[in-house]
Amino acid sequence: MVRKLISGLSIALVLGFSLSLAACGGGGKSNKLEIFSWWTAGGEAEGLNALYDVYHKAYPKVEIVNATVSGGAGTNAKAVLSTRLTGGDPPDAFQLHAGLEVEKYDPEKYLQPLDAFYTSEGLDKVFPKDLLSLLQYKGHYWGVPVDIHRANVMWYNKKVFEDNKLQPPTTWDEFFKVAKVFKSKGIIPLAIGTKEGWEAGHTFETILVATLGADGYKGLWTGATSWSDAKVTQALATFKKVLPYVNTDYSALTWDQAVQYLVDNKAAMHIMGDWVNGWFTAKGYTGYGWQAVPGSIGIYDALSDSFTLPKNVKNQTNAMNWLKVCGSKAGQEAFNPKKGSIAARTDSDPALFNEYLQSAMKDWSSNAIVPSVVHGAAATEKWATVYKDIVNTFATKGDVAATQKALEQAATDNGGK
Amino acid sequence: MKGVSRDRAISLALIAPSVVLIAVFVYGFIGFTGFASLTKWDSFEPDYTFVGLRNFAKLFGTMPTDRFLCDLRNTVTFTVLFLIACIVIGFLLAMLLDRHIKGEGLFRNIFLFPMAISYIVTGVAWRWILSPGTAQTGATGINLLFDKLGLGFLKWGWFTDPTIIYIHPDSGFGVFLGHVGLGGLTNPYVGISIAMISVVIAATWQMSGYVMAMYLAALRSIPVEMREAARVDGASEFQVYRRIIIPMIRPVTLSALIVLGHISLKIFDLVVSMTGPGPAFATDVPAFYMWDTTFRGNNFAQGAAIAIILLIVVALLIVPYLVSTTRSEARS
Repeated sequence: MVRKLISGLSIALVLGFSLSLAACGGGGKSNKLEIFSWWTAGGEAEGLNALYDVYHKAYPKVEIVNATVSGGAGTNAKAVLSTRLTGGDPPDAFQLHAGLEVEKYDPEKYLQPLDAFYTSEGLDKVFPKDLLSLLQYKGHYWGVPVDIHRANVMWYNKKVFEDNKLQPPTTWDEFFKVAKVFKSKGIIPLAIGTKEGWEAGHTFETILVATLGADGYKGLWTGATSWSDAKVTQALATFKKVLPYVNTDYSALTWDQAVQYLVDNKAAMHIMGDWVNGWFTAKGYTGYGWQAVPGSIGIYDALSDSFTLPKNVKNQTNAMNWLKVCGSKAGQEAFNPKKGSIAARTDSDPALFNEYLQSAMKDWSSNAIVPSVVHGAAATEKWATVYKDIVNTFATKGDVAATQKALEQAATDNGGK
Repeated sequence: MKGVSRDRAISLALIAPSVVLIAVFVYGFIGFTGFASLTKWDSFEPDYTFVGLRNFAKLFGTMPTDRFLCDLRNTVTFTVLFLIACIVIGFLLAMLLDRHIKGEGLFRNIFLFPMAISYIVTGVAWRWILSPGTAQTGATGINLLFDKLGLGFLKWGWFTDPTIIYIHPDSGFGVFLGHVGLGGLTNPYVGISIAMISVVIAATWQMSGYVMAMYLAALRSIPVEMREAARVDGASEFQVYRRIIIPMIRPVTLSALIVLGHISLKIFDLVVSMTGPGPAFATDVPAFYMWDTTFRGNNFAQGAAIAIILLIVVALLIVPYLVSTTRSEARS
């Protein structure tokens, strides 16, 4: 009886093992390319498929494995990726926010530097200089940016401004003037939604950019500017002054629910990255205008998605070809109009893009470029997370001195000043 | 004699795999988490430099953020209110159903159904219901209902209200506490985050039916003769409940408290889908912070420290219960 039981158990065990082995093994060695990203829906997924099409045309024999892990801002994907990289099973290329986010993957140990690739593909000539310096970490390039988004955009409702005979503000002084008028007329001057916890950080980041200027702001993350600077105090004070002019239910809304107020002519302005443009298009809404966030005209607060090449990938040639497609004019022109972003290259054809993106392209090639912190370009993720938490508290409590101290402390903890 | 030892050997052999698996995948990982919480592991690559209790000290400090202190306060608020609401409402529902009313099965199911829904769905639905709206765009959800019923004064911000009720050190009672050496109680981390009430409402809606089911079963197990005897002795209905029924269902109350208590201490999905961290972390909970700092911020050591604190808190609740049940089992 017992013997039967044990043999039965062992058979079950062996069967289970062989099944799981079969599942892992796949089809053995073949001509594949595994691309890891968190683009699973909407324009992002369409853009990715357009990139795959370009790749397919050039390399028809390669089978593309689309390894996506869904979830906001790639949080879930990043957790899976960590395991795969440390476990020695890297995908052939993976999505990464360009900039300091690469630090978390310990690039010298896990990634292949792409310096030679940049020279051979001529990428160092077609990307703006500010972007090239942002892409470097420890003196090397680690990824190929496929798109550029802008964080410091102020969207406004044209009708509401015209009805009240007002001009969209270009400085914060003007902002408070028009905001006062809107408030007295029962219109929400600035719609924001901070339910996810990062949006307040996003808004404050654009105010920091506006107040400190391009170099001053960049310096906050490199240690060249101190967080105890009077201008940081000023930025905090400005943000505090803005808050009485936002919708009172901001902490109940996500950003897209907040923009709905603008679409419904109930709000005048909204500060958010330019994915809002794609959202407007999807909604069929056309009554909006845009401008850089007050005080930050001439500065492009950028974030970018890039693809990187891990060490010891299974299909090195295919992966290199993938990066070539990502960096190429054809690839970027196929991807970006669908994703609703602009190309990182400065030589793409404007006719392919919509009106907003065309204006963004113009700014991209002429503006000073600074990295976004909330979206992973300016600081390590650990620092960015603490920054986000501090600003979230500030948005409610409004304690300028304590918040500045906290920001200083966060900088000291993370190697800034 | 030989038979017994062989029996024993077989049972040991059969139990061994699960013992090994639990030892590795439960206790081994708890041990590893405890170890990780004492290290400097704050990036993608494990870094096992020993830093002592620094991660814990940081959590209990206010610099650079006081998020964890807010989380603990919210958890206490939530747990206390949620337990009281569930037990009271569950018991009342069970009492009503115990009257053998017509259509009892239907009502039992209606009260029990919310439990079958995922917390994510509950959270989204209640976010819509309690979403306050703004002065400019008009009220929404429940607030709109209040408006229509002429009860506009009842409107408030629900889960968007950052107010914390606590004893201010300058208030009369606060000064008194300061004098008797309890000044530590007069700070906003020892208070009630009223935004949490919205979360409590949603959670209670979901779980009180479950408590009702437990109580109903318990009520049914009380022999009718006992109630009858009490009534014959002249006890009023209130006295019957007070002296007979409530004492007899005490073990069920204890189980309900334990089951709900550990749910409320670990709550995550409801808060994520319903409110997010909230204004100044008014609705944030430790489990959410743990997820955020570990997987968004890559601060694995700090995440591990939060996990350990959660474990200790849950253990404080569960272990005495386990001990007492094993004892009573041994006795019987």
